[in-house]
Amino acid sequence: MKVTVRVWRQKNPQSLGGFVEYEVKDVSPATSFLEMLDVLNEQLIKQSKEPVHFDSDCREGICGMCSCMINGEAHGPENKVTTCQTYMRSFKDGDVITVEPFRAKAFPLVKDLVVDRSAFDRIIQAGGFISVTAGSAPEANTVPLSKYHSDLAMDAAACIGCGACVAACKNASANLFVAAKVAHLNLLPQGAPEKDPRVLAMVEAMTKEGFGACSVSGSCEAVCPKGIVTSFISRMNHDFLTAALKLRVHSARV
Amino acid sequence: MKLNANIPSGPLVEKWTRHKHEVRLVSPANKRKYDIIVVGTGLAGASAAASLAELGYNVKSFCVQDSPRRAHSVAAQGGINAAKNYRNDGDNVYRLFYDTLKGGDFRAREANVYRLAEVSVNVIDQAVAQGVPFAREYSGYLATRSFGGAQVSRTFYARGQTGQQLLLGAYQALSHQISLGTVKMFPRQEMLELIIVNGHAKGIVVRDLISGKISSVMADAVVLASGGYTNVFCLCTSGGASNVTAAWRAHRKGALFANPCFTQIHPTCIPVSGDYQSKLTLMSESLRNDGRVWVPKNAKDKRPPQDIPDGERDYYLERIYPTYGNLVPRDIASRAAKRVCDEGRGVGVTGLGVYLDFRDAIARFGEKVVKERYGNLFEMYREITAEDAYKTPMRIYPAIHYAMGGLWVDYNLMSNLPGLFVVGEANFADHGANRLGASALMQGLSDGYFILPYTIGDYLARNGVKRPSADAAEAKQAEQETAQRLNKLLSIHGKRTPVEFHKQLGKILWENCGMARQEAGLKTAIQQIAALRDEFWQNVIVPGSHQDLNMALERAGRVADFLELGELICLDALTRAESCGCHFRTEFQTPEGECLRNDADYAYVAAWEFGGVGKPSQLHKEPLVYEEAHMAQRSYK
Ligand SMILES: Cc1cc2nc3c(=O)[nH]c(=O)nc-3n(C[C@H](O)[C@H](O)[C@H](O)COP(=O)(O)OP(=O)(O)OC[C@H]3O[C@@H](n4cnc5c(N)ncnc54)[C@H](O)[C@@H]3O)c2cc1C
Ligand code: FES
Repeated sequence: MKVTVRVWRQKNPQSLGGFVEYEVKDVSPATSFLEMLDVLNEQLIKQSKEPVHFDSDCREGICGMCSCMINGEAHGPENKVTTCQTYMRSFKDGDVITVEPFRAKAFPLVKDLVVDRSAFDRIIQAGGFISVTAGSAPEANTVPLSKYHSDLAMDAAACIGCGACVAACKNASANLFVAAKVAHLNLLPQGAPEKDPRVLAMVEAMTKEGFGACSVSGSCEAVCPKGIVTSFISRMNHDFLTAALKLRVHSARV
Repeated sequence: MKLNANIPSGPLVEKWTRHKHEVRLVSPANKRKYDIIVVGTGLAGASAAASLAELGYNVKSFCVQDSPRRAHSVAAQGGINAAKNYRNDGDNVYRLFYDTLKGGDFRAREANVYRLAEVSVNVIDQAVAQGVPFAREYSGYLATRSFGGAQVSRTFYARGQTGQQLLLGAYQALSHQISLGTVKMFPRQEMLELIIVNGHAKGIVVRDLISGKISSVMADAVVLASGGYTNVFCLCTSGGASNVTAAWRAHRKGALFANPCFTQIHPTCIPVSGDYQSKLTLMSESLRNDGRVWVPKNAKDKRPPQDIPDGERDYYLERIYPTYGNLVPRDIASRAAKRVCDEGRGVGVTGLGVYLDFRDAIARFGEKVVKERYGNLFEMYREITAEDAYKTPMRIYPAIHYAMGGLWVDYNLMSNLPGLFVVGEANFADHGANRLGASALMQGLSDGYFILPYTIGDYLARNGVKRPSADAAEAKQAEQETAQRLNKLLSIHGKRTPVEFHKQLGKILWENCGMARQEAGLKTAIQQIAALRDEFWQNVIVPGSHQDLNMALERAGRVADFLELGELICLDALTRAESCGCHFRTEFQTPEGECLRNDADYAYVAAWEFGGVGKPSQLHKEPLVYEEAHMAQRSYK
């Protein structure tokens, strides 16, 4: 098949960006979307032109590095897949495909389709961990944990930190990302001691990074490649309110 | 050069305990005076950086991805081994030790492997305390499953995302330390050179991949946790950015490279489908718990798999290896697959594939249970092939997957260059000539959480704070060399892209130094690689500049190093005139077609010293002396 890609090209954050059209011929439907861009880049390099920069690493949907808006949808047309697991069989011969970076104030553009998602790392640094140091852990089977809670924690922990939820949200909110980590850790007995400070610190960090408020539209859930559900957001709101109230009561006491 | 592995004295089971008692300590007040560089944030690097920072050292951590959470450890699927004996099925430290040593075809260092088995139990404790959501039974206790090369069930897992979850545990511990200011994190920075001052590793040259800025970072010790080098084959299961550059630059500065030809082939990957393909995707070994491997008995049988009755199927692993069946180690399963395909019985369009069939498992447990166990793998398979493995068997074929070889280290995980430590897949230490499934995660985390924190202290205590400034002549020179090399790559303006060279190199290696190797092929490969390397430096094309994000330049630099490593891999394979584990020299096989080892001449670690590009490398041998275990002929029948 033959496709035309309209790609966002921008040399750096300072320069002006715009769409450039390229034709890619002889694409097999079994080719992945990023492999199709690889083919395009090989053509460009051979002409001494700079290739289209995009992020990717594992190419099997787990590292969270790839991040393209394809025809206006984060990670493209298919449900529950990343950009790298999108295959050309999802497109038709002769299609014009528009490719843009994930756009959000908190994800500044670096070059072409590459953006800076370090805000996510800083949110985790604010409280997305259990402060246990190496050597101090008790025997692993000391604390049993119901399979139900363990499975639920795993559902939340499956987040790959790609940022599609932010890119899809009209407010560029990071609620789904933050809620997934809060739920993962707060659901576990090991995470309980830091439950309150964790949720307060992570929500504060999220706001500070410039992510917007939840738009309650559910578009984050719709694009999440790992099927993280918005009910985790309700859980986070619950944990947040409880923690905030407790904090008030505590400070009133002192 | 005399290689000293520094294995502690005393009985095998007491060595590590004694050693921990004997190593020197740095006092708590003094730890913050030391700076340590950790290159890599995979399981090995993140766990090392976090643990060292917890102890009080100042850590500087580097990775090439945009976040430490994306290191390729994230892709590990199946699980992590530990001798917990939760199933009461006869497991213990000694058994895990012996399985690992035997799985490696007796080409690993005995004392290291024993220590690995010993600390494996602490790794699980640590991960659970960090919130890693391992699979659990209805009782609320931890579940396990079986992996190849073992007759006990000792593999812990988190669905098909064990690596991701363990990495998130380590990444979160690292993030905690970053928030405390004890770790300074430098993502999207690539180490391009090692800096040596007075014979000790004291710093690295890095390139900021966004701004292109080249600078030196100095420290009291350098830890490489930069992962494996399988990407030298181009088509493999590793991530796009996986490279040998960090290790190779250290090798060029004098660090010995051990057993480079020990590269593992994983039996269950999705077969190659076309030229454009950028990587091969693994289907976890855990699938062999319930999936049965077969091909048609008759080479001419082209019926769809569902239509082939049981009597006309050859479940060849169950037939040849009745004791281990579908759970034989990877090297054995891979070669068996190759053999049936060579006989013309392979399946799929290319004929390079075998079936992995879940029909019987689904009949026995129901689709729901199978989905619960492997749902995400079936999903992945469907995304890539557009086939439903609940209805029709998966098609799989072996692919390059893991590097047992790596930089040579002693018992303390220090290379022959003082102050340069190497952990995780980047070192050569624990898996011999073949790694058992679920043992890499165990090793990376053992190295980082529980071994390096002790052994690096000993080096620091003995050497004191001796951190040269970034203005030191050695640093400036290393920076200059780096810039020259990048400028050279940009100024060739040839006709072929870095990817084209990479693919060609991979093809030469796969054909001559893949699942089967022989003298003539290896000799040809060495010549072909040397010629390809010469062509590369005259005919590669890299657009853009080095003062900006330039992914073509990154790739070119990595391919340049692979072109040197590739030759060493073939030389090592040529020199080792025996078959062992993954290293199958067709000249040396038993009448049944299994590996024929030669313990009298080759029971050693081959540690290579760099001699210059295109010049002969020098071989140093570390004899493998076993105090407890006996080097037996491996049998899984
Ligand atoms: C698909 C797949 C599935 C697997 N499944 C299993 C399994 O089920 N069980 C198991 O035990 N093992 C498994 N393995 C093997 C195991 O995952 C790896 O061996 C292990 O995770 C390697 O960890 P590491 O920390 O050594 O390196 P990696 O995780 O590869 O990390 C390397 C780090 O080094 C950085 N780096 C590299 N070069 C440079 C440089 N020049 N400058 C700066 N930074 C650099 C990278 O950015 C990265 O942070 C699997 C491997 C693959 C590929
Ligand atoms: S490249 Fe890793 S998720 Fe797409």
